[in-house]
Amino acid sequence: MAESHGAEVKLLGLSRDYGEIAAVRELDLTVAPGEFVTLLGPSGSGKTTTLMMVAGFVQPSAGDVVLDGRSVVALAPHRRNLGVVFQSYALFPHMSVFDNVAFPLRMRRAAVPEIRRRVEDALALVQLGPLGARRIQQLSGGQQQRVALARALVFRPPVLLMDEPLGALDRKLRDQMQLEIKRIQRTLGLSVLYVTHDQEEALILSDRIAIMHEGRLHQVGTPAEVYDRPATTFVADFVGESNMLSGVVEKTTAERLTIRLRGSARLLEGREGAFAPGQVVRVMIRPEAVAVGVDAAGDGDNRIQAVVEDALYLGQAIRYVVRGDDLTLVARVPRKADDIALRAGTRVTASWPAGATAVILETAP
Amino acid sequence: MSRARGWGELGPAWNAVLWVFTALVVLLLVGPSLTVIAMSFNSADLLQFPPPGYSLRWYAHFFSRTEWLTAAWNSFIVAVLTTLVATVLGTMAALGLVRGRFPGRHLATAVFLTPLVVPVIVTAVAVYGLYAKLRLVGTVWGLVMGHTVLALPFVIINVSAVLQGMDWRIEQAARSLGAGPLRAFTLVTLPLIRPGILAGALFAFVASFDDLVVALFVSGTRAVTLPVRMWSGIQFELNPTVAAVSTMLILVSVLAFGAVELLRRRR
Repeated sequence: MAESHGAEVKLLGLSRDYGEIAAVRELDLTVAPGEFVTLLGPSGSGKTTTLMMVAGFVQPSAGDVVLDGRSVVALAPHRRNLGVVFQSYALFPHMSVFDNVAFPLRMRRAAVPEIRRRVEDALALVQLGPLGARRIQQLSGGQQQRVALARALVFRPPVLLMDEPLGALDRKLRDQMQLEIKRIQRTLGLSVLYVTHDQEEALILSDRIAIMHEGRLHQVGTPAEVYDRPATTFVADFVGESNMLSGVVEKTTAERLTIRLRGSARLLEGREGAFAPGQVVRVMIRPEAVAVGVDAAGDGDNRIQAVVEDALYLGQAIRYVVRGDDLTLVARVPRKADDIALRAGTRVTASWPAGATAVILETAP
Repeated sequence: MSRARGWGELGPAWNAVLWVFTALVVLLLVGPSLTVIAMSFNSADLLQFPPPGYSLRWYAHFFSRTEWLTAAWNSFIVAVLTTLVATVLGTMAALGLVRGRFPGRHLATAVFLTPLVVPVIVTAVAVYGLYAKLRLVGTVWGLVMGHTVLALPFVIINVSAVLQGMDWRIEQAARSLGAGPLRAFTLVTLPLIRPGILAGALFAFVASFDDLVVALFVSGTRAVTLPVRMWSGIQFELNPTVAAVSTMLILVSVLAFGAVELLRRRR
């Protein structure tokens, strides 16, 4: 099945209104051939509606969906030739595993020997080789997920659409399936448009992540871009844990930004950016960038004297909440063997480098 | 902490009371039917209970009289045609009512279900008034149409119930895999809602087969159904043929419900 090639998917000004409510607003997004793009957002952000417009189950109010240069908005779902994996798997409960996977081939009137060969290939690809004769009800959730994947791939669609496909699986199985999906996508060179609300899953799987909130696209970028340089406070807040502070730009230089913390005389050093003095900004610091130590010196461009308020044991790390006189920070400190958490009340120095301070322009509330 | 107590924990005295009460309820429900069955094997000329002796003569009487056999045949034909028409129409109506998003959907649902609420006699009079003008009284198709009005709500209710419990994504999956609307419906949706359709069809059959009220008005003299024949039998003959027919009808109903239950379990 290695001969399939990913197609390019272009969403142009795609919008969908439900009466007064705009579920999706003027969304522009391109999935390059062979690229894995994830629509990430909380429930109600419009990500599933967007996916359903690509699949053809929801008619856009405005805009276009273009597959390899050809508009498909006027095509019925069964003529779009896209693989779709649904959250509930949507397997046919009255058919065997084999018949489920053979369904798209039979719809395309493939010859019987070819159906047999390709179904077997597809089941082998998802590692369900010997289970063709089983009934759907006899399968575990993870196996059902694999059948849904095989069924969506067996007719070699150039694009795979996935709507929270791992939502119903337990943690361990989900981790395993993530790797599996990534392996299959790379093997087949498929273009994938993937929907999830799980930011960790998005970071692991995606070439690029498109973050949606209330029908709008907030940022499109690689996992590193989205995580390290969030474009909006929503993105900073939604992807990973973050410390958010408010301030005003005090001074800008070629490689530094100095920000005065709101309600305080304290100055923070931040990463460079296109800002002008006087602008109101939000400052984001990832907990893992904050070092916590008992020695007064510490390192990094920013240093505050603080007291440990709370320490949470996470196994591989310790999560501290430290309070200075004008700000409270969350820090995640990697834990080596036998490290013991500092007690609440311990005086510490919390520090972080300027490069780990992302600055976001405050937008109107 | 109070604990819910099972019936078995009430103690032997209450337990006995419960059994007697249950037996009385069952007797009240089934008793009349049992009496009829006993009377059908009567050897006497009149409906009597208990029967003075037992024989199959009234069954033989039924099978030797053309007016009885014709009535049975009419009932059967009308019930089969009603079942077909009501099942097809009712399934389509249920699809529209459950899946459609159109103004007045709730009103339409209510209108379809009115025959369940309106007294049958009202429906019968209304149907008669209309069909008399259309010269449909005394015809098989007149009966089929009248009975379809009665049977439709049963199909709609049963099919709507399975449709509401169905995951629409399954049909969408079929569409995404290359099936057009018609093939997605026949290959995927239809097999999944079949239990509801079968149950609806059975209720439709029984609604038609059992109906006396509408048939009394619409049968005329040419399309007499079994219940209408029984009605006149009770009025003018009073011989136990009616009991024999009743017994056979009970048997048919039991067999029909049993068959549907078997079909449903064998999935």
